[in-house]
Amino acid sequence: MSMTIDLNRVGAKGAIAEEAEGKWGMTIDRDLCTGCQACVAACAMENNLSFVGEEDAAYGRTQHWIRIERFWEGEYPEVKVDGGFQPMLCQQCGHAPCEPVCPVFATPHSNAEQLNLQVYNRCIGTRYCANNCPYQVRSFNWRDYHIEPFHGNQQADGSIVFPLHNQFNPDVTVRRRGVMEKCTFCIQRIHKAQDKAKSEGREVEDGEFTTACAQACPANAITFGRIDHPESLVSQLAAQERGLKHLEELNTLPRITYLKES
Amino acid sequence: MTATSKYFSGAKKSHETHHDEEHDPRELLMFDPKPRGEMNQMVMESMLTTSWKFWVVLGILAFLVATCLVYAWGYMIAEGLWVAGVMRPSYWGIFLVNTVFWIGISHAGTFISAILRVFKAEFRRPFTRAAELMTTFGLIQAGFSIFMHLGRVWLTYWMFPVPNARQLWPNFHSPLMWDLLAISTYVLGSTMYLFLPLIPDLAMARDRSTGWRKTWFKILALGFRGTEGEWRHLTTAMNIFAFAIIPVMFSVHTIVSWDFAMAMRPGWSSTVFGPYFVLGALHSGMGAVAVVLFIMRYTMKHMDYFIRKEHFDALGKLMLIVTFAYTYFFFNDYIVQWYGGDRWTDDLLHWLEEGPMAWMFYQLLLFNLAIPALTLWNKKIRQTPWLLALIGLLINVGMYWERYLIVPVMLTINRMPFTWKLYSPRIEIFLTIGTFSLFLLFYLAASRLIPLIPVWEVQEGQMTHSLRKVGKTHVPTISEFE
Repeated sequence: MSMTIDLNRVGAKGAIAEEAEGKWGMTIDRDLCTGCQACVAACAMENNLSFVGEEDAAYGRTQHWIRIERFWEGEYPEVKVDGGFQPMLCQQCGHAPCEPVCPVFATPHSNAEQLNLQVYNRCIGTRYCANNCPYQVRSFNWRDYHIEPFHGNQQADGSIVFPLHNQFNPDVTVRRRGVMEKCTFCIQRIHKAQDKAKSEGREVEDGEFTTACAQACPANAITFGRIDHPESLVSQLAAQERGLKHLEELNTLPRITYLKES
Repeated sequence: MTATSKYFSGAKKSHETHHDEEHDPRELLMFDPKPRGEMNQMVMESMLTTSWKFWVVLGILAFLVATCLVYAWGYMIAEGLWVAGVMRPSYWGIFLVNTVFWIGISHAGTFISAILRVFKAEFRRPFTRAAELMTTFGLIQAGFSIFMHLGRVWLTYWMFPVPNARQLWPNFHSPLMWDLLAISTYVLGSTMYLFLPLIPDLAMARDRSTGWRKTWFKILALGFRGTEGEWRHLTTAMNIFAFAIIPVMFSVHTIVSWDFAMAMRPGWSSTVFGPYFVLGALHSGMGAVAVVLFIMRYTMKHMDYFIRKEHFDALGKLMLIVTFAYTYFFFNDYIVQWYGGDRWTDDLLHWLEEGPMAWMFYQLLLFNLAIPALTLWNKKIRQTPWLLALIGLLINVGMYWERYLIVPVMLTINRMPFTWKLYSPRIEIFLTIGTFSLFLLFYLAASRLIPLIPVWEVQEGQMTHSLRKVGKTHVPTISEFE
């Protein structure tokens, strides 16, 4: 029954019980992560993320739905890695701070998938959701990056071709400027798998598909699956003693468990 | 000296003992009446007299509005928000600073015209309108600033509860929706409240002007003739508005503070933000009124009759009280958060006191707390118009820094240290200049298009005030008008 809580309803916050544990979840093993950024690249390919150019990237406008945070101690060259790498992406909170603050319901909660949705064509760009996200994982389309000259190659005759447009994923929207975006847990893959399962008259099985980041991870640090099934790999990993939720004290009920030997 | 000092001297004869108390009640506007016709004429002349300086200033401001507001905003809409300096983690930049600042400025108008009217503070009479104009004009700038920061400003109407085919409805859980409703209520209410006391003056101006001005005043005066019934309706309506606008005023800035206080961020989620913002708004608003009164007194004809030292003195006292109240809430906010010892709040406070924007923090302490609290005790300072205006200006600089610290600088520190990054404004600087210019341009236009002095209120006040002779001394008395 906990699945049917309508989080967009008045009073829903009180109704969120601890048992609203979500449907899709992820574990990220920080002891395995090598910081190779393959997940970042795979995510960009899968989800049509724009290349923002050197200047904007340096200024803090990178268009990444997943980023590898590095932690170190001391000043260069006396640098000691401390804490290693921490891939950070949308935690798909069960009780998300980004959701109630949107004035136009562009950040609703999906009851079917238990995910935080971002409705691009409803977004008017107040960016309140990004301010209120304690994980700072939302990225804003400051301009139409995918049609800017630096997104393409200049030809000899001065015209610009956009070879990157050829690898756009047809299942994912290309966002225009002025809207917020964030990790969707590759919702297009979820839907594809669900459609297939439905046509075969069964439920989606654990490990039947995975997200782009998990697929690309060479160290197998990222595991994706059903966290509502206790026998699934991701549930078993998350139940380990090394597991911890990021900023759990904020009661955001994140769906991602980080694994790290303390 | 002997002739003027005898009003209050009474039984005391010694000049040494009551040196300070000696003053002529005729220095006070209420005890220095002029014939009504003459006073009306003075106000009309103040509207009609324009020197070449006026047109030069008007031209410069119009140019700044055209380039820094219209062109720059148009450019930003066409190009996207990347021309601004906002980025991760400071998703809100100066736009929100300006919004909060202008809403703050707008509070003084309501405070002076509504609260002082309700409490029958007599010194308010000549400058209620100048202050109330600040409310309306400030709110317009606030509206511009908040719309500017939207990524897709052309879809703003999606925030309005307009029935539509897809049955999409705005999210009333969002503080931004509360903001929209509160600010639009405030704009409507305060504009009506500005207009009501204006009607008798517009009728006065209508009867004393010719040409296009006559048409202009005729339209605005709504056929007011000054019959007893009209006055009764007008005073009833003004009373209702004066009382009703006060809770609106308090709620608006409280709700603006909730944009921040409701968010889960170190520095922002503070329960004292509501009253702290209200007091901050009054602080900057009072300072702005002092500046406006100073400019009015020295640039417009006959204004030295209406705006006198006593008004600066009274405003100075009000500013002093607001300074103390603001100081209380300031320390309540910062010290309680510091004492809490939350790790991220701790980082934030260290960032404020020793980070690259620390100069702003110390200027805030100096301009908002130290300078007004230490100087406004002094009657001589309070009664020197340029000094009071300077203090008011410094308070506004300090309050602007305060909002700057709260929005982009506090946004810099979040719970993800990897993303910490300092914001620096780009096109926002021009847009800020644009809103300031538009505000001044509105004032400049209003000074020539409507009577800036509420003549009928001054006349009413002068009729109720009188000097009564009791024995050998004159005692100032005030009577109810009814």
